[in-house]
Amino acid sequence: MTILAKFAPLKEAYDLLRAQGADPFSQKFEAILSPTEGILNGRRTILLGTNNYLGLTFDESCIDASVEVLKAQGTGTTGSRIANGSYAGHRDLEKSLAKFYGRKECMVFTTGYQANLGILSTVAGRGDHLVIDADSHASIYDGCRLGHAEVVRFRHNDADDLYKRLRRLQDQPGDKIIVAEGLYSMLGDTAPLKEIAAVKRETGAYLIVDEAHSMGVLGATGRGLAEEVGVEADVDFVVGTFSKSLGSVGGFCVSDLPDFNLLRVACRPYMFTASLPPAVIASTIQALNVMQERPELRTRLRENAQRLYDGLTALGFATGPQASPVVSVSMPDRGFAIAFWNALLEAGLYLNLALPPATPTGTPLLRSSVSAAHTPAQIDTAIGLFAEVGRQLGMVAETAPKRMTA
Amino acid sequence: METVDQEVRSRISAALQEVVGRPVAVSDDTDIVNDLGLDSLAIMNFVMALEDEYDISMPLDRMAEVQTVGDLVRTIEDLRGEKRK
Repeated sequence: MTILAKFAPLKEAYDLLRAQGADPFSQKFEAILSPTEGILNGRRTILLGTNNYLGLTFDESCIDASVEVLKAQGTGTTGSRIANGSYAGHRDLEKSLAKFYGRKECMVFTTGYQANLGILSTVAGRGDHLVIDADSHASIYDGCRLGHAEVVRFRHNDADDLYKRLRRLQDQPGDKIIVAEGLYSMLGDTAPLKEIAAVKRETGAYLIVDEAHSMGVLGATGRGLAEEVGVEADVDFVVGTFSKSLGSVGGFCVSDLPDFNLLRVACRPYMFTASLPPAVIASTIQALNVMQERPELRTRLRENAQRLYDGLTALGFATGPQASPVVSVSMPDRGFAIAFWNALLEAGLYLNLALPPATPTGTPLLRSSVSAAHTPAQIDTAIGLFAEVGRQLGMVAETAPKRMTA
Repeated sequence: METVDQEVRSRISAALQEVVGRPVAVSDDTDIVNDLGLDSLAIMNFVMALEDEYDISMPLDRMAEVQTVGDLVRTIEDLRGEKRK
């Protein structure tokens, strides 16, 4: 018995999972060849689960910008911005992001996770109320736990339930802050943000939207769901990440609120961690430029997403409610999901295996994320492998597939 | 108060039967996770049904303190009391 004995049930579940094949949570790539291919267990493998939406991780201009700054400014800042100061790049990136979003202020964080941790725990104080979507990402839940506000959940994507929760709070003192995501990362569904914004206006609450998976993906210029549905003016804080469409690592928050910069000396996950290395900042600034200069990447991403979604749906797989760069297939049970995932991996297709209770549906999911860098041929190969494995496991009929209707 | 508790207790019991999908013996000492084997998703759905029923919202920190059916009865009663204030 050690202090880790409390994890015995987890160990048992994890051991069981690993006994059934490869370990889905610690795959070791021998090489990454491109945004869409890697070498895994000696095999060329299509990457269909890495959130590399615009495929910018190997963009030459981003790499060049990063290398140049790496040589000129060194490998790291060795400390936080309040202790070691900001480099020109940190401030430039904040200005670029604020400009891109048409906002007055921006704060850059070291990861997307920390952006949520910092903003939620600081903006909502003791006596305030956070009202969050029940399917929120772990970083939102953890940000809520780090702060001192009271936290209640509303039913996923249910603006009526949100309204009900705010109505119950109407006589209580303190600010009310709604938290929603642009695109939910497990099923690829978007928030009913127009309705949520209307509830926000009616109840006088604040609204935080996490556009981590929708930046560079949705909206006329890639600003996300709020841009797409025309409610940017209702969003008080946009939180996002650099580790998806922008191909690096880091997070940010933009806002028009006066005194937003006060958070720089109040927000602990900003103050007490090392700032991003200048080379990371440099590639991120360039990726933000590329994202704006090449809207065709977004078009290609949507085409690829639609192609995969249509292909898998036509095979009869239970996909999410709408075509998006996240395409998840629901599996009937755990054993099936694990066998399916292993068979795809052995055939050269890498995607994510999500198991309950970490899934919103209570069923296991095979989660794909599509990239603008995928070729139509790669998407077709993926659909073909789903069909092949589906047939082997008796999930897809041997005859010509027909479209499943809901 | 005792009768009010009893009413909440029987509603919880009914809601639990529905989630578990079979008749279960429920007492104040029943541990919602360990005795009934409910995962976090099932618990959330079950709690949300009770929230609607009593027109309350249960903050996450209060929910974290709930382990047994008895805890849940007391928490719901407290939240209803706070609402009436």
